[in-house]
Amino acid sequence: MIKTILGFPALLLFATASQAAWEVNLPRGVTEVSREIYDLHMTIFWICVAIGVVVFGVMLWSVIYHRKSRGAKAHNFHENVLVEIAWTVVPFIILIAMAVPATATLIKMYDNTEAELDIQITGYQWKWRYQYLGEEIDFFSSLSTPRDQINNAAVKGEHYLLEVDNPLVIPAGKKVRFLLTANDVIHSWWVPDLAVKKDAIPGFINEAWTIVNEPGVYRGQCAELCGKDHGFMPIVVEVKAQADFDAWLAEVKQADQDKAAEAQKSWTLAELMETGEEVYNKACLACHQANGEGIPGVFPGLKNSPIALGDPGPHIDVVLNGKQGTAMQAFRDQLTAVELAAVITYERNAWGNKVGDLVTPAQIAELKE
Amino acid sequence: MNTSVAVSHHHGPASGISRWLFTTNHKDIGTLYLWFSFLMFLTGGCMALLIRAELFQPGLQLIQPDFFNQMTTMHGLIMVFGAVMPAFVGLANWMIPLMVGAPDMALPRMNNWSFWILPFAFAMMISTLFMDGGAPNFGWTFYAPLSTTYAPPSVTFFIFAVHMMGISSIMGAINIIATILNLRAPGMTMMKLPLFVWTWLITAFLLIAVMPVLAGVVTMMLMDIHFGTSFFDAAGGGDPVLFQHVFWFFGHPEVYIMILPAFGIVSEIIPTFARKKLFGYASMVYATASIAVLSFVVWAHHMFTVGLPLAGELFFMFATMLIAVPTGVKVFNWVATMFRGSMTFETPMLFALAFVVLFTIGGFSGLMLAIAPVDFQYHDTYFVVAHFHYVLVPGAVFAIMAGAYYWLPKWCGNYYNETMGKVHFWCNFIGVNITFFPMHFIGLAGMPRRIPDYALQFADFNAIATVGAFIFGFSQLIFLYNVISCIRNSKPASDRVWEGSHGLEWTVASPAPYHSFSEPPQVK
Repeated sequence: MIKTILGFPALLLFATASQAAWEVNLPRGVTEVSREIYDLHMTIFWICVAIGVVVFGVMLWSVIYHRKSRGAKAHNFHENVLVEIAWTVVPFIILIAMAVPATATLIKMYDNTEAELDIQITGYQWKWRYQYLGEEIDFFSSLSTPRDQINNAAVKGEHYLLEVDNPLVIPAGKKVRFLLTANDVIHSWWVPDLAVKKDAIPGFINEAWTIVNEPGVYRGQCAELCGKDHGFMPIVVEVKAQADFDAWLAEVKQADQDKAAEAQKSWTLAELMETGEEVYNKACLACHQANGEGIPGVFPGLKNSPIALGDPGPHIDVVLNGKQGTAMQAFRDQLTAVELAAVITYERNAWGNKVGDLVTPAQIAELKE
Repeated sequence: MNTSVAVSHHHGPASGISRWLFTTNHKDIGTLYLWFSFLMFLTGGCMALLIRAELFQPGLQLIQPDFFNQMTTMHGLIMVFGAVMPAFVGLANWMIPLMVGAPDMALPRMNNWSFWILPFAFAMMISTLFMDGGAPNFGWTFYAPLSTTYAPPSVTFFIFAVHMMGISSIMGAINIIATILNLRAPGMTMMKLPLFVWTWLITAFLLIAVMPVLAGVVTMMLMDIHFGTSFFDAAGGGDPVLFQHVFWFFGHPEVYIMILPAFGIVSEIIPTFARKKLFGYASMVYATASIAVLSFVVWAHHMFTVGLPLAGELFFMFATMLIAVPTGVKVFNWVATMFRGSMTFETPMLFALAFVVLFTIGGFSGLMLAIAPVDFQYHDTYFVVAHFHYVLVPGAVFAIMAGAYYWLPKWCGNYYNETMGKVHFWCNFIGVNITFFPMHFIGLAGMPRRIPDYALQFADFNAIATVGAFIFGFSQLIFLYNVISCIRNSKPASDRVWEGSHGLEWTVASPAPYHSFSEPPQVK
């Protein structure tokens, strides 16, 4: 009665709201494979529940009825070959029944052939790089949740820690193959709705694939401990209809050209410092910290550092090419010429570092050639 | 614990601190192991509480991510190597000679050394927290290259600490094997050994087989870090996945090292309080042995997502599922032992019953994790965290608690306070389930493990888990108080202690004299 008065829409709203807060199961996901996995998961779960009910049932029965306080006398049996063989063989048969569908699904998941789009995914501490093979598209994707929200200085948004600046965009209905590797330590690329989880291992390439039919936004996270900010490298996949996907491709290519042109204009110190601070906060702050002092013993400080205060050559070199055997990455491909010039200039003139010189985007663009 | 004991006309314990430093007595060394493991249990527990406190709400409140990683790493290492393993060795030291009718362990001086290495190993490992760059922060599984190229400088101290723990474990294992094979009383044939002794014999062989593998893998790390090799660095021709293969070849038998003695303890306690012989003794022995053998061929189920070839994936899936068979046999045997018994529910029995139920739940989630295609969704989530905490906390730790309450009257000569024991049990039982059951949910819903901060949909269950953790953690103080008051003054225990007790350990006086079985007993 009350339900009909409230009306169906209201009920639905309530259901989704409470579900968001009390999600207790695997998502069914949006791919054929993810649904098969979900079904497998539920089948095995219910088999376990059934076995549990029987075993715990007998145990509970004994606890209630075969207790001394009820006057129960202990019987004297302590072996029975037939029973013991039975409870060895029956579980074995149940296991075979589980293994058959599991094997079928696994074989399907391993079929990496006939992909229509190949994307190379590279894990970096702590961001993802997506390269569309054959399309000349190459960008980095990192957490876009503002630091204030993490430090509880601002209200947390709906997609707290599950939002990025540049999502991975793939076309709907196409078989997309992911080639996974890593630049530094092992990461693991995981999007639950696609049921894709694969380790990204430095020096090796792993394969995974997906076909998503419904356009939408799907979120995931790095699943392998990869250092300090392991919890802060989410994955967002945007699935677009083919036409929208093509438009997006064109748009990204245009934007890349515009950025290249920007490097040739002349920049003032103030402009570079402003851009530099933005870039620093996005790309450098996680290790070298907001005050430029780093974390003693782990990440060196930039404030008063001989490299940041010395000749610009070595400074540019370490930012562009990284430092072998340390956590310092090569930023040559991660940032544009303007961003590189700006951030190097910023590091040389922030936190009381006052070199006063200016590294120009044109200079970096030349080095990047 | 046996402070007021020296009944025998032989020489008694030395006085003062030298008694503990130089002792070769299995009871003293067992006591040292047990106190040490309890101290480590509290230390690792404080770290767990710090982790749970940070995870109480989304956002960073108490600790920063790097320190969070240090805490998860140290918590895991301390609990595995400092709390659970030494507790089992302590129980073995105390009980195995008493159970097989031996006067002491076979190699008493080595026994002293096995123990006294440990405090130094852990002092070294814990001291890394105060070093430049902090303690190890790469998880207790220390995957390369995060633990080599990208590790803090303290990793070298961690490597040496692991070496020392390994030496201690191997010596302990050799001692246990030598004692069981050589010092059994006349008439104590292998198939008459109490199950605790059998499970420890098998565990000791596992230890000897895999601790050198652990030593090998940390040595390879040491070489990579300091001597220019590239075992785990692809740029130099090595392979980061090799690390995982070697580590888990140690790591999987290691998890059975932490559970087989627990099976043994529970197999002692249930028959006592059901007043009925253990059902299927022989099949229990065979099941334990088959679990041990299988543990060597399932390691890559920890690595289903590293990109194994299909054939490898299938092999490790099938082998892993197979473990459910002998494990099932054990659970069925325990239940059949209770069936038509005459049960009472003293504290050790409560812990043993909780062990059977909650360990089985951990076994179910283990079976689910064995299914490789589904494991792609579970891997490295809180579902895994829930699984291994179910088998380790209400599994291994509850069995240790059960064993401690069960034998405490024999050790101290006094009964512990039964009411306080029951309060401790119920706080533990409720606390453990509130802590770890919700982790199944957040894991399935998609929360990765080892993250200091999480998306908003995981907030409610995380808050609940934190509350449970504090209940569980602080209730250990009840146990501590109960043990101390049991040692100091309490109701004197009879020699048999329990109405349904069985086995040689109950034929000696309570408290067990400093030297027991100077004349070997006859076993019929």
